[in-house]
Amino acid sequence: MATNHIVDARAIHKHFGTLHVLKGVDLKVDERELVFIIGPSGSGKSTLLRCLNRLEEPSSGSIVVDGIDMLNPKTDINHARRRIGMVFQSFNLYPHMTALGNVTLALRKVAGKGRAEAEALGRAALERVGLAERADHTPGQLSGGQQQRVAIARSIALEPRVMLFDEPTSALDPELVGSVLEVMRGLRESGMTMIVVSHEMGFARNAADRVVFMDDGLIVEQGPPAAIFETPSHERTRAFIGQIQRH
Amino acid sequence: MIEAFFNIDIMKAAWPIVLTGLWNTILLSLIVVPLGLLGGLILALLASIKHPLVRWPLMAWVDFFRAFPPLVLLVLLFAGLPFAGLELGGFACVAIAFFLNTGSYYGEIFRAGIDSVPAGQVEAARSTGLTRMQATRYVVLPQAVRNVMPDLLSNTLEVVKLTSLGSVVAVPELLYEARQAQSITYNPTPIVMAAVIYFLLLWPLVRLLSRLENRALAGRR
Repeated sequence: MATNHIVDARAIHKHFGTLHVLKGVDLKVDERELVFIIGPSGSGKSTLLRCLNRLEEPSSGSIVVDGIDMLNPKTDINHARRRIGMVFQSFNLYPHMTALGNVTLALRKVAGKGRAEAEALGRAALERVGLAERADHTPGQLSGGQQQRVAIARSIALEPRVMLFDEPTSALDPELVGSVLEVMRGLRESGMTMIVVSHEMGFARNAADRVVFMDDGLIVEQGPPAAIFETPSHERTRAFIGQIQRH
Repeated sequence: MIEAFFNIDIMKAAWPIVLTGLWNTILLSLIVVPLGLLGGLILALLASIKHPLVRWPLMAWVDFFRAFPPLVLLVLLFAGLPFAGLELGGFACVAIAFFLNTGSYYGEIFRAGIDSVPAGQVEAARSTGLTRMQATRYVVLPQAVRNVMPDLLSNTLEVVKLTSLGSVVAVPELLYEARQAQSITYNPTPIVMAAVIYFLLLWPLVRLLSRLENRALAGRR
């Protein structure tokens, strides 16, 4: 299947038991594009994100990422996932390892790098998120913002083609959000393709190429940030934007 | 009293015998503890397979060997297996009985430890391309073991104490040798010696356990 999109998801359905969480979602993302997904909780936006690297198994549909058919049983999913970085709301750093250990684990065990090379790459990744001097700290010794930046370093060290962010700043104290957004902005400027589930409207407004509004398992509308935020065409979008802007 | 329980001459005479018993107890522990840990780890890893064909037999296995008194199991192996044409000797019988019995206990502890690691840990590991096995080995197990260290240690204490069951099937461990010495000398002093040695052997472990438990409590606060 020829496609110019780095992410091409079609007709994604996801059922959890009797719950129909995704009801036929199409999402195409261009290379170097930053797509923001917004929507009320339970709208399926996180589930959609988690389907893209198959942390969640879609019930039906097709997903092609960087030319790899993610749902083909013959696809080496572990190999494919190396190209798709993921950052979680709760950071999910390995608490028994140092920051550097967190970053180098997959470099060594998945990418097959030797210790010295993995550590050099790991330190470079930590440098990119501004935490080179914290390499030997454990997650417990780091602030939430620093932990999330280590988590970003853990992903970018593998040189992914796409990065998925699942509410990366929702668990952070307000004064720590800025440092994480700063790192994300740097990634964007370096040309990384990013799909971000988040309600950081200010960031979406000046960094996103496109905002996707989801509700009840479907994409209601999408477009440039200005269009979605200033002149949404659907009532549900308007209501949602109004609600979050009041906060 | 002192003549009967703390007789110095008897101690001197019995010492070599009791010492042999001590070494055999240590040797036995060094065999059955790792064996139990290994068996437990296998059971705990199998428990992560939710398929009914694995789950139900596994549950039956663990329940059975936890409910079955280890002494009965040991005697059954020792007295029963020869009738099946299998002459294993006391030492091997103890090893097998402990593998079955303590493995089931260790297994439940490991399982609780694995369950205590948040699902997000595995998701993070898998998202970077680690296989299920790698995620288990490098991310889940180290945290699981750390979380249940006091329980593992506590169970290990029980296992070392249980090695005295070996005396029933003539394994020359500490209690068995002490009783041999007692029957030769017609004096209970060797039993007292064994009791003191058991205490000295296990007391450091008990102290360590207390410290771990206190630290775990402090960490939860």
